[in-house]
Amino acid sequence: MLRRIAIVGASLAGLRAAETLRDRGFDGELTLIGDEPHRPYDRPPLSKQVLQGTWEPEQTFFRKKDGYDALALDMRLGVRATSVDLRARRVTLADGTFADYDRLIIATGARVRTLPGVAPRAGLLVLRGLDDVIALRRELMEAPRVAIVGAGFIGLEVAASCRARGLHVTVIELLPVPLSPILGPTLGEMVAAMHRDNGVDLRTGVTVTDVFGESRVAGIALSDGSRIDADVVVVGIGVTPNTEWLERSGLTLDNGLVCNGSGEAAPHVYAAGDVARVANRWHGDSPRIEHWTNAVEQAVHAAENALAGSGASTSFSSVPYFWSDQYDRKIQFIGRARPHDEIVIVDGSLADRRLTALYRRGDRVVACLAVNQPRTLITYRKLLARGALWEAALSGTTAS
Amino acid sequence: MKVVVDLSKCDLHGLCVEAAPEVFEIGDNGELHVLIETPSEGLRAKVNGAVKGCPTGAISIEE
Repeated sequence: MLRRIAIVGASLAGLRAAETLRDRGFDGELTLIGDEPHRPYDRPPLSKQVLQGTWEPEQTFFRKKDGYDALALDMRLGVRATSVDLRARRVTLADGTFADYDRLIIATGARVRTLPGVAPRAGLLVLRGLDDVIALRRELMEAPRVAIVGAGFIGLEVAASCRARGLHVTVIELLPVPLSPILGPTLGEMVAAMHRDNGVDLRTGVTVTDVFGESRVAGIALSDGSRIDADVVVVGIGVTPNTEWLERSGLTLDNGLVCNGSGEAAPHVYAAGDVARVANRWHGDSPRIEHWTNAVEQAVHAAENALAGSGASTSFSSVPYFWSDQYDRKIQFIGRARPHDEIVIVDGSLADRRLTALYRRGDRVVACLAVNQPRTLITYRKLLARGALWEAALSGTTAS
Repeated sequence: MKVVVDLSKCDLHGLCVEAAPEVFEIGDNGELHVLIETPSEGLRAKVNGAVKGCPTGAISIEE
């Protein structure tokens, strides 16, 4: 009997799971639990439109308040789930209340890492949620000098947005070439050059050894002995999955909640999004993926399988996709690259920073990067989904 | 159902083309085209997938 479904996590994956359950005709009790006080909102615009000031924070809400009526949710916001009892099928919340379930979908996401050993203080900020961007926007009003720690996608998007606001921006990165593990060194170098051309002081191959300022940040010290004065320091050094509340549950935790290809972490328990490690048939691995599209796809998949039950569940297969908007460039990436993949630019050029690149491993094309070439990417997405051979992918280029 | 696309929001991610190729395509002019404005009920699941998977929320369904 399937009467009650609880979803823990009220961001993109949690909301899409709820929508899918209702789309598929589930008309029982549906509880959506989120630790933030806000109703579900979209994160990608936070580091771009909202930070630049072209959007107000409210524009990131997925639905208006009355847009939830049709979903008929028992929505419990601003309260954290603290544990789950798999035998009793009960989630316990921080306010002492419970949510009993027949099926559970876990989508508690991830939270930002902070600099180890550095005490919090004014002007030392992160960007993950709506409250973070509101605080950061406020700080930037009176902060001409910003130092960003970490040249990952978040750090670089924050850098581009701060430049759009006319601020003085320094970015600190541990790697010699930013993004090189994801895009490869050549394309990582291209992104680095783009930031330098846009006025960012990008320091690579260095780490932060100290943060100056007592009650408020005044700057940072780097491992090469230099010092950067800054009014605001933004730390973007990755995230940690929110799994602490599951530690005594009996579920398998290993840099995220480990799931099979059905998105199942245990009988009746499913997971999706940044917190989950779902086996993906497309690449035969189960990494934790922190991308928007992954959260949607896994949420839909988990919801469908929760309704279908173990006997009728389908296995997850998806070509990973992410994008990043920096300055006037849209970087789109599909598939999964590794450090030693061969990279061939099949359209456009590095000089123009408008290009399509294919990644080759053995006789397969395993990934595709497009910079300001969205149409080409669509062609390759189809080829990648089919597991196309390298030669076929290259001839696909000439055909288009 | 009627498929409505807000082109001012469309960012050409192309995920709708993958979700429902019968309904969406990127035209030669580089803009998203709706091939069937009022798709049959048989396509509802695919169109729903396109709506949910659009990163900019540019697609909606009017009943």
